Order: sequence, then structure tokens, then C-alpha cells
Amino acid sequence: MGLIGDTVDSIKSIQTRQLLNQAVSLGMVVTSALIIWKALMCITGSESPVVVVLSGSMEPGFKRGDILFLHMSNDPIRAGEIVVFNVDGREIPIVHRVIKVHERQDSGEVDVLTKGDNNYGDDRLLYAQGQQWLHRHHIMGRAVGFLPYVGWVTIIMTEKPIIKYILIGALGLLVITSKD
Amino acid sequence: MHSFGYRLNGLLTFSVTILAIMCAIASLSDNLNTPSPSAEIQVMNINWFQKQPQGNDEVSLTMNISADLQTLFTWNTKQLFIFVAAEYETPKNSLNQVSLWDAIIPAKEHAKFWIHTSNKYRFVDQGNNLRGKEFNLTLHWHVMPKTGKMFADKIVLTGYSFPEEYR
Repeated sequence: MGLIGDTVDSIKSIQTRQLLNQAVSLGMVVTSALIIWKALMCITGSESPVVVVLSGSMEPGFKRGDILFLHMSNDPIRAGEIVVFNVDGREIPIVHRVIKVHERQDSGEVDVLTKGDNNYGDDRLLYAQGQQWLHRHHIMGRAVGFLPYVGWVTIIMTEKPIIKYILIGALGLLVITSKD
Repeated sequence: MHSFGYRLNGLLTFSVTILAIMCAIASLSDNLNTPSPSAEIQVMNINWFQKQPQGNDEVSLTMNISADLQTLFTWNTKQLFIFVAAEYETPKNSLNQVSLWDAIIPAKEHAKFWIHTSNKYRFVDQGNNLRGKEFNLTLHWHVMPKTGKMFADKIVLTGYSFPEEYR
């Protein structure tokens, strides 16, 4: 009861200048986060430097809810590397291992076939209609590091958006009612 | 300044920071390990060697693979993903890598092994260049850590070649 009473009191005592100050601080926090994200995109050379593992196709190595750190360089793609790629027509990127590589003599272009460690067959069923190989432009990055369990936060917020709204609402309330 | 919300926030921030530092140190400790793996692959038999209707060569072979990869395991290792790839060059392609067999080694006890197996994945060329060609068999391993940086290496074994004629 005391907590609710305090909250109501502090909402009543808001002044305009203080409110503006807090709005600017909030804006600074959000933009700093955006700057860090974009800087990571530049440093790692990948469009999404961190991805969450969504399926169990790479178990027992990567489980659903783990996060992977990606890096993209111009080094040639070789068998065994874990790559993240987009298939035309699918919006969710897939994280699987390269099992076959055929690199052209002259142009350096490469045909790549991938397979999830936990899948029985290779990924040709996942590729677009008539597509037999992946090419360099499909690949967004290589997985270089990994943290377990941290991605569950993202999965829960995506699959149950109500939790996202509750969290943002609570954070907003905390910012508004704080005295500094 | 000492409300429940602030204390919870402080506690959460501190514990997340400590966890992140611990993960980073665990990953860095992997660099202290100096591995000394060994491996041997024998091609026991070429089961068959044909040209497919589409014009690509395909071969099926049986191998004896033995390896000792125990020194690659550290306390931060979750599993070792190993695979054998055939590597060769053709007039059209400067490099072809075809994975023939792979396995997951979950623990140090299983890292010293011997297996007699035919190729798990179909060995198909882009074209019909395989007759009489020399190829390498490379044993690759990828160390997947409990947390942190993944790293990979390989042993290249040379001196294998395809038969001169289809059979």
C-alpha cells in the first residue's frame, strides 16, 4: 500500500522542467544503445552482429535460446564454418554448418551447401525453389562466439508481446517517478 | 535512493556484469591449452565410382578413421564437432571441399576413437573430373565451448587418389 501511495504522490508532484530533463535523458539512453548497435554492425561487418538461436537444428551444440556472435570478413568460406544465411523469401535467418564448398578458379565465386548438425539431410529443402547452392551474397556472417541461455529474453518478448509491453510500461513508470 | 526498485536494479546490473566477466575469463582460459592431436585415415575400399545421368561423377568409399583428440578438451569445452572432408582441385574449381563423414564428441573419454565407415554424405563432383585425380582427406575439428569463442583447426592427410576408370 505504501508503494502505491508513494507512486501516486510522485506523479502528482511532476514539474514541467523536470519532465523535460527526464525525457532528454531517456532519449540519450535510447540513442546510445542505437549507436552501440550500429557500431557493432560496422566492426563485425555483419548486418546483425548478434542472433538468437530459434530452432533445435544445431543441437546439442546450440540450443534454442542461445545467442551467437557473428563476424563477416572477406575470407573465403570453407567447410565446417557455421554461417548465418538468408534464403530468398524467408525472413528469418538460418544458422547452419557448411558441408560442401566449390570455389571457381577465375572469379572466386563459391557454391556452398549447408546442413544443421541435428538434421538428417542437407538444407536443399530449405533453399528457394530450384536453388541447389548458396552463394556469398546469401551469407550474413560466420558464428565466432556464443553465450548460452541469454537469448531467452528475446524469444519470450517476441512470442509473448504482452510481456514486452509490461516491461516497457514498468520502465517508463520508473523513469517518470524517479526524483533524479 | 534506497527503494526496492533501486536495490533490485543495482543487484541485477551487478550480477549481469559479473556473469559477463566470468564468461569472458572462461573463454580466455581456452588460450592456455596447447593441443597435440593426431589422426590417421585409410581408404579401405572404393565401393563404386560412376557418372550420374546429369553428368556429375559420384563415388562411394569406405574408410578407417582413427584419431586421438583428447588434448583439445578443456574445462570450458562443451563438445567437439569433427568431420572428414575430401579436398581436391578441378579445372573449373580452384577448391572443392566435400564433407564425407562427421561426428560429435561430447566428452574427453570419447575423443580417442577408431571407426570403420562408408561416407555419410554423397560424394558428388561438379562435373566429371574425378578419374585418376589426387585428393586430400582432411580431418577438421570445431571446438564448441560452454561459453565464449569457438575455434577450429585441421589435419591434412595427402596421397589419396581416385581410380583411373569407373567401376
